[in-house]
Amino acid sequence: MIAVVDYGAGNIHSVARALARVGATFVVTNDPSAVAAAEAVILPGVGAAADTMQGLCNARVDEPVVTAIARGVPYLGICMGLQVLFDRSEEDDETPCLGVLSGDVVRFPPGLEVPHMGWNQVRQAEESPLFAGIPQDSNFYFVHSYYARPADTARISGTTDYGLEFTSVVRRDNLFATQFHPEKSGLVGLRLYANFIRLAGQTPAPEFA
Amino acid sequence: MLTRRVIPCLDVKNGRNVRGVRFSADIDAGDPVELAARYDREGADELVFYDITASAEGRSIMVDLVERVASQVFIPLSVGGGVRTIDDMYLMLRSGAEKVSINSAAHRDPDLIRACADRFGSQCVVLSIDALRDPGSDPARWSIYLNGGRVRTELDAVETAQRGQELGAGEIVLNSIDADGTREGYDVEFLRAVTESVSIPVVASGGAGSLEHLRDAVTLGNAHAVLAASIFHFEVYSVREAKEFMAASGIPMRLDPYG
Repeated sequence: MIAVVDYGAGNIHSVARALARVGATFVVTNDPSAVAAAEAVILPGVGAAADTMQGLCNARVDEPVVTAIARGVPYLGICMGLQVLFDRSEEDDETPCLGVLSGDVVRFPPGLEVPHMGWNQVRQAEESPLFAGIPQDSNFYFVHSYYARPADTARISGTTDYGLEFTSVVRRDNLFATQFHPEKSGLVGLRLYANFIRLAGQTPAPEFA
Repeated sequence: MLTRRVIPCLDVKNGRNVRGVRFSADIDAGDPVELAARYDREGADELVFYDITASAEGRSIMVDLVERVASQVFIPLSVGGGVRTIDDMYLMLRSGAEKVSINSAAHRDPDLIRACADRFGSQCVVLSIDALRDPGSDPARWSIYLNGGRVRTELDAVETAQRGQELGAGEIVLNSIDADGTREGYDVEFLRAVTESVSIPVVASGGAGSLEHLRDAVTLGNAHAVLAASIFHFEVYSVREAKEFMAASGIPMRLDPYG
């Protein structure tokens, strides 16, 4: 069973709708033990870093998320679900994050309009099962003002150009995270969810198989 | 590179889609859920729903409509019409909208923009401006109209757009009442006056009748996105045709394979 972590994130319904569309079996849960024991974990998120970390802590799901990742089950982080993986974010006067990946999260420099909002291309830096069947430079939907800087460049799975080239997809083994919102990225986004549920051992709906 | 966007607009009255000419709407143009799905298949970058009844009853119809669309269509949805309070906005966001546009209420009470931006983030807050060029004004001046174009104000549209950005609006939809529904083209001069005055994205609205109009709003008016209703509803052009035409003019567009 895939656990979609419910800690008050605004986009959880959109994520659930996209999962339902591709034929996933999943549960939306804030039960810490269910998250820790899940066969796969999806961490949605929008908004600010401090609110997200606060939400995870208040729901007592921060440790279970880290536990699940350490067990090596497939993990998909979306937007803030990518950013909180790193050591810290400079948002909200330095917010300590989960520290699963080393690196930090910083604001786009002055001169670039923030939020970076709209459709932008993702350049796949490696062959990733998350992007199976998704063409190079496909467009995905972004809404964010901060971006991650992985300390280990081997974690960079995809990049996007917004005046500067930033990391829009990270990966370590079974851990995947996207800065964009696949649940709002049309057909390519649904395909990405289908790829993820396949990694979780499920069979997508026929049109996404 | 960020692409420019093509946004079909669905004017909704009592749960049906209608089209308007200079703000008086009465022609039935179909089921909004079906239309939304069609636009998505054609490659729409975003969809906008306007509740033109803007009543309490209209809002609950709208919530139901957005929920139904959001379960089938996986692109950003935007909702407007009759949004007066933070609670109205919350209701729309919860039903599946990414963005909510505020019009008359924001012009009457600009603090509403700030309150909504603080609560939900600027990316959710769209300031919608309906304006008419002051006859004979030179240099041109555009006055803001409220209540679906029925009430004139003394507010200057360009200044209001700037103020909206300062208060936290993340985007501006600029609707020219002169051009609305005429299919004679967007008011490019109006667009340029606003895009030169703000740094947030400006969406051109009102007057699209040809593919050249869509292109000109971007290349001459510097719009980030073009919103159109009737040319898509009545299949004068498909969204895909519009995007391919704009891309052929050198505008960065999203042309991935669609659904």
